[in-house]
Amino acid sequence: MTELSTLLSGLPGVDRVGADQRAATLATRSIKTTAKAWAIDLAIRMVDLTTLEGADTPGKVRTLCAKARRPEPSDASCPSVAAICVYPSMVPVAAEALKGSKVHLASVATAFPSGQAPLDIRLDDTRAAVAAGADEIDMVINRGAFLSGDVQRVYDEIVAVKEACGKAHLKVILETGELATYDNVRRASWLAMHAGADFIKTSTGKISPAATLPVTMLMLEAVRDFREATGRQVGVKPAGGIRTTKDAMKYLVVVNETAGEDWLDPDWFRFGASSLLNDLLMQRQKLTTGHYSGPDYVTVD
Amino acid sequence: MSIFEYAPAPESRDIVDIKPSYGLFVNGEWTDGKGEAFKTINPATEETLAEVACATDADVDAAVAAARAAYDKVWGPMPGRERAKYLYRIARIIQERGRELAVLESLDNGKPIRESRDVDIPLVAAHFFYYAGWADKLGYAGLGPNPRPLGVAGQVIPWNFPLLMLAWKIAPALACGNTVVLKPAETTPLTALLFAEICRQADLPPGVVNILTGAGETGAALVNHPDVNKVAFTGSTEVGRRIAESVAGTRKKLTLELGGKAANIVFDDAAIDQAVEGVVNGIFFNQGHVCCAGSRLLLQESVAEDFLARLRRRMGTLRVGDPLDKNTDVGAINSAEQLERIRALSEIGEAEGGERYTAPCELPERGFWFAPTIFTGVSQSHRIAREEIFGPVLSVLTFRTPEEAVAKANNTPYGLSAGVWTEKGSRILWMADRLRAGVVWANTFNKFDPTSPFGGYKESGYGREGGRHGLEAYLDV
Repeated sequence: MTELSTLLSGLPGVDRVGADQRAATLATRSIKTTAKAWAIDLAIRMVDLTTLEGADTPGKVRTLCAKARRPEPSDASCPSVAAICVYPSMVPVAAEALKGSKVHLASVATAFPSGQAPLDIRLDDTRAAVAAGADEIDMVINRGAFLSGDVQRVYDEIVAVKEACGKAHLKVILETGELATYDNVRRASWLAMHAGADFIKTSTGKISPAATLPVTMLMLEAVRDFREATGRQVGVKPAGGIRTTKDAMKYLVVVNETAGEDWLDPDWFRFGASSLLNDLLMQRQKLTTGHYSGPDYVTVD
Repeated sequence: MSIFEYAPAPESRDIVDIKPSYGLFVNGEWTDGKGEAFKTINPATEETLAEVACATDADVDAAVAAARAAYDKVWGPMPGRERAKYLYRIARIIQERGRELAVLESLDNGKPIRESRDVDIPLVAAHFFYYAGWADKLGYAGLGPNPRPLGVAGQVIPWNFPLLMLAWKIAPALACGNTVVLKPAETTPLTALLFAEICRQADLPPGVVNILTGAGETGAALVNHPDVNKVAFTGSTEVGRRIAESVAGTRKKLTLELGGKAANIVFDDAAIDQAVEGVVNGIFFNQGHVCCAGSRLLLQESVAEDFLARLRRRMGTLRVGDPLDKNTDVGAINSAEQLERIRALSEIGEAEGGERYTAPCELPERGFWFAPTIFTGVSQSHRIAREEIFGPVLSVLTFRTPEEAVAKANNTPYGLSAGVWTEKGSRILWMADRLRAGVVWANTFNKFDPTSPFGGYKESGYGREGGRHGLEAYLDV
């Protein structure tokens, strides 16, 4: 066994029943009134507004960028989202559309979503996205290598992609739905962090299950413990399947009570989502105006 | 102050209609008690909730007579399948009125609404459903082909899980064909009185369930009544001992569920984050007012430091306060008397040299409160390692080997429950074989289920409640 695999298998185990139960208990927290208003604005600021479709066009991406800058056209107090997340081919369009704003530009890379391409192609993919203006790269890990026990290879690949990123932030997608066990989620989290990930991310959104509350909680435990062990803080991004304000509130509660308030910031926690934003906006309108307006009062993009 | 401050999220108490005063529930009717009425208060605010009648010897006579008549004429002869219908009906009404029962339980007891709503009341309904299923199958319970009921059961229950303990007592008793006279605890009578209303709503024949409120004297009169065939008590070992003495030499059948000082044992290979949760749940669930609470934490020395750091951090996120707030984790101590006992034993713990850590939290000014507390550096000879505190106070001890863990865990006059935390299956079985406790939880704690028997070794009592075993206590076998 390599030193790395010894380290990973030495991590404490996860009891699935207990972890699920803890997440379910946190999900019963009731976030109301002032707390809800604060959390909705925070959640909007944490959204990585995402479009990852074969049908993406420059027009679609420009529309989304406009939405990212001003999600609520009629209300200047509504914050922008954290980032736009697109395929590498759309990065030039998005870079143009986001010019002058503080919205980050994230690109998936490394043969997303499967990662099943030769390493040099995945690295070129990454460099191209960065060169075109992406300042955040969402890579996928080599799940095949991980599940076959070749953790060293997964590690080396992350290190290589990190290097290819240059100054761009690296988010490492574990695709937890394919890792299957909670023990694997914990090990993959530590592996990615040791290899230099700036963020660990649950899913591509192309595999079911995508993000779940217990898995996100485990990853938050991992970043909390990693900071204690090494002093370096790593962010967490659940992605896929988070559609409602109620869901987002549950995640923020889990962040607050697992990793702590240092992670309650768009620099350290993101939501990878597309439909979530409109629900957040509708709930925000409801809190400001006192009544529920309906889906025609937020923009369809 | 945290940046993410949860706004108050109180459960509305409007759903509950508390009357200014309550009588006794005897023979299906409300009657005035002959004793001096007493008040029951909300322990979180000290406000008076209602005035409650006190049953005297004469009231106990009347209630036992009503129960006897109902047993002889209606309930005893009734086929099991008919009794089951009533029990199913009661279970369904409990579910329908669940929110009302949960709010009332939290008001009278001080426990957080999250627990009364998600744990107590669902378990109450589950117990009635479960034993309803047994009522027409008693001949197949492995207790003989035609087991007979005992007659009238006198039941005395504690204040920590008022309605749940009522369910543990009444559901099996009724399923087996007995009638009951039940005395709820002095400080928490209200949900039992609402249960009496539910019995009426379910058209339960008069006299099958009788509820008498009162204090220790009422309980003693009930237990000592000559026409009671079965005594069931849950409460302190001290009172349990007195009951055992007074019942000795009579033909009464007795079950006792008494105190505990459970060991929660964490090995170095445990799933550490879940073990921390289990330890928190083991001792701070229901403010530690749990007879099977994991009040002694036995940590393998090699992981003790790391584990305690995690435990302290986790204690910092416990939300102590208004029991009706949906985000409250730890509610109010049930009474001034209990608070005094917790304080006294905690001071003894400090005096004995235990190192005290209390979670940083603000406590309300009125009401009875005690912040979650742990003592480290505790040894077997300390009183806080031996005596039941019955509050949110954890004593932490360490061990080096599995043998030492077993020896320390068993070195107590009690034996109600124990917890084992390890990822090694063979060690769980090895430990469970050796731990002298009625329940051994593995990688979990404070899990209750109507199908699972519950009860103690040694001074934790005798007899089992729950499951098929729980039937035996109410049948002539």
